Amino acid sequence: MYEFIAFYIFAISTTILFMITVMSKNVLYAMTSLAAGMVMISGFFFILGADFLGVVQLIVYVGAVMALYSFAMMFFDATKDIKEKHNNPTLVFLLGGLMALVFVIIFSAPIIGENIEASYPIVNGVGNAQAVGIVLFTKYLVPFEVAAIMLLVAMIAGIILAGKKMDISLTKTVIQKEPEDEILKESK
Amino acid sequence: MESLVYIALFAPFVGSLFAGLFFARSPKNIIVGIVNPALIGLSLLASIILAFYVAEHGAVHVTMMDWISAGSLHIPFGFIVDKVSVTMMIVVTTVSTVVHVYSNGYMDHDKSFNRFFSYLSAFVFSMMILVMSDNFAGLFIGWEGVGVCSWLLIGFWYHKKDVTPDINPAISPSYAANEAFIMNRIADLGMLVGIFLIYWNVGSLQYDVVFKALPHLTDGILVAIAIGLFIGAMGKSAQFPLHTWLTDAMEGPTPVSALIHAATMVTAGVFLVIRANPLFGMEAVQGVSYFIAALGTFVAFYAASMALVNRDLKRIIAYSTLSQLGYMFAAAGLGAYWIALFHLAAHAFFKALLFLGAGNVMHAMDDELDLFKMGGLKKAMRGTYIYMGVASLALAGLPPLAGYFSKDAIIETAFNEGTLVLWGMLVFTAGLTAFYSFRQVFLTFEGEERYKLFGFHPHEMYKYVLIAMSPLAILAVVAGWFQGSFHEFIITLLPEYEMSHHTHHLAGKLGLIVLAFAITGIVIAYFKYARRGEKAFKQDEKVENGFIYKLLINQYYVPDFYVEFIVKPYKAISEKFWAIDKAVVDGTVDMIAKVIYTTGDKTRTIQNGNLSSYLNWMGAGTLLLILAAAVVAVMS
Amino acid sequence: MIGVSHYLILSGLLFSIGFMGVLRRKNLLMLFFATEVMLNAVNIAFAAVGNYYGDLSGQMFAFFIIAVAASEVAVGLGLLILLYKKYGSLDLDVISSMKG
Repeated sequence: MYEFIAFYIFAISTTILFMITVMSKNVLYAMTSLAAGMVMISGFFFILGADFLGVVQLIVYVGAVMALYSFAMMFFDATKDIKEKHNNPTLVFLLGGLMALVFVIIFSAPIIGENIEASYPIVNGVGNAQAVGIVLFTKYLVPFEVAAIMLLVAMIAGIILAGKKMDISLTKTVIQKEPEDEILKESK
Repeated sequence: MESLVYIALFAPFVGSLFAGLFFARSPKNIIVGIVNPALIGLSLLASIILAFYVAEHGAVHVTMMDWISAGSLHIPFGFIVDKVSVTMMIVVTTVSTVVHVYSNGYMDHDKSFNRFFSYLSAFVFSMMILVMSDNFAGLFIGWEGVGVCSWLLIGFWYHKKDVTPDINPAISPSYAANEAFIMNRIADLGMLVGIFLIYWNVGSLQYDVVFKALPHLTDGILVAIAIGLFIGAMGKSAQFPLHTWLTDAMEGPTPVSALIHAATMVTAGVFLVIRANPLFGMEAVQGVSYFIAALGTFVAFYAASMALVNRDLKRIIAYSTLSQLGYMFAAAGLGAYWIALFHLAAHAFFKALLFLGAGNVMHAMDDELDLFKMGGLKKAMRGTYIYMGVASLALAGLPPLAGYFSKDAIIETAFNEGTLVLWGMLVFTAGLTAFYSFRQVFLTFEGEERYKLFGFHPHEMYKYVLIAMSPLAILAVVAGWFQGSFHEFIITLLPEYEMSHHTHHLAGKLGLIVLAFAITGIVIAYFKYARRGEKAFKQDEKVENGFIYKLLINQYYVPDFYVEFIVKPYKAISEKFWAIDKAVVDGTVDMIAKVIYTTGDKTRTIQNGNLSSYLNWMGAGTLLLILAAAVVAVMS
Repeated sequence: MIGVSHYLILSGLLFSIGFMGVLRRKNLLMLFFATEVMLNAVNIAFAAVGNYYGDLSGQMFAFFIIAVAASEVAVGLGLLILLYKKYGSLDLDVISSMKG
């Protein structure tokens, strides 16, 4: 019963919040609603027994990602409304609605693959964080490390892209050489 | 012996490649002029050795490789050297060798000297395939090969401009080449039908298999096969009504006329009939065979009649070739295959000699061909006069030259078969032959020296060329003496043909009749053209306006008939079809292009550079994919 | 009772909302928000299915998606800043250098 109530509260709130995110003209509103929506989503994770995931969702998304977005928003001077020219809004709603319809039809159909065996079953009596930790550091160790490298790369890339004059090499002084070829010289 | 077969076959091919690959673009190269005749000579040598071997040990049969192997169709690339093919090989290589050497002199100043030798050797190679193949498919390849080479060589001087038929009946070399080629295609269709029928009914194209299976076939199929093959032979050997190309083919260089259009290629049709003698000798196809004989006789007379009035040196010889081919077909049709082959060989020698002599005259007269502009050339060109005189005597059939023995045998055969009409026509034609060949000789070499009026300065051909022609002259004289031994040699393979006792009894008298006609012809020619000095060249207005003269000089209006009733309607139909083709076929193709073009033009707007619209398209695509996934999920 | 279908349908709806945002947004920053919405929708689906089968793999995938989203934001925002410096705007209609 609690699950029922919780699900519908979270479902309705996420839907509304995300609709605001998508439709709002104001960046601040959109971002705030996005952050709120993500908090609500972490609620789903708690309902589903994925405590650790819910925590990560809160920390990474609401904490880190949204912080990044807010910094970016400040950079872009987003207090004023965004002017967007919509060529054919009906098409957008049509496509989106169609997508939603297809998903609803697909997912409301009965699930056929009933007898799928879990490869990493959730062990009873062990906390979720513990179980996730065991699987993540045994079976998913390599993807985990790859993800770590990816995050590192992304971090460096973000620094270089956003930092001032970070695209100029610090170690090598670049000297523009004149072409030695005569033809190239002439063509210059 | 196998290696000899390959040497005989491939030496000309090597020569062709040698001249064609290494010297195609270079100016005249004397190495080509030496190497190519040497290679053909090598082929001749191999053929002669093979002839002795075959006479001793029987046929040599080699299979080089599997050529076509598709499903039940199995055609090996095999060659057979038996007595018939070895005879042909010797004839072909002998004439070819002489012609190759001769061409050195004749094509001396031609800028395409090397190309000429390449084509000529390629022709010899094709001809060797034709005569040596052990199946009908190989024969057909050779058949087409000589057709292509003939086309290349007739049109050798392709750069000559087109003129109207009243200036040059052949219009131009390229026109003549195309005419020859197209007319041969018509005939080849018949031949292909024949070959297909054979394969269909026998399941093989090997000669020995086919001939063994012939008695099991129904009469209708046998007749159809015989007709099909004979239509092919008619085209290649220029029999009526497919004969017009041969005279026009004289546009080619004279060595080509000598080799291809007198001695070898045009006899391929006769060779085919001889080769397929088990078929043509069958009871069921006697009608076809008799038709061959009758057609041959008709063509013999028909061509000779046209030669009577023609003024063109080479065309007269071309008509006489037609006429002699008619003789050969008459003999083959009457069942005397070995006599046909014998005449084929003898004719090849003296006719090639005649053509090469004509080539000498042309060379001396700056390519002038009109007999009425010559005369009295004997002083300037003694050697050529002797050669042409000997060849004409042989052609006229005077003893003891080659033509006497071979032609007389044919005429005797006609009598022996009781076909007296054919016999009469052949005898009369012998008289005509003697007349026109000596008319030509006398107009050229005797009488008033008319060439001076036209400002020609004739000179004799190079000495080595004259020497090179001597083997042909000797053969033209002596070939007939070997009739008996040839008979013994060939008869183990070809069906025996014996004169009946009655004919044998009369043989002497019959020979005398033929001889009388021939001598009468020569004598008339002598008094009309050699004895009358300048009067000989006077053109008789009354005769020339007469119906018969008009008929003969216009070749019985057959070419005009073809133009009016075949070429022009065909052109009209083609133009109609061209319009349809443009509307339907081109239209369809254009429409496809147009559809693609307009789609491209319309969808080009997608690439407008606006990322937002790209995103929209991507979204639409994603939706489509999800829909597809859903549909597939529902389906399964 | 709330079954897996509920979660999946909700996930689909949220995904569609994100999708709609991607289609209609012209401002790049807003476009990023829309993609975040879509990513989160998928995360719900993974967690729900994982729960349904009693399998941890669903959660694992959700983790990696979060990691990917984080790096995407880091790099993407860097790029956005560069674009903004270059064009003075984040409007897609303005940044149309890919004209064919």
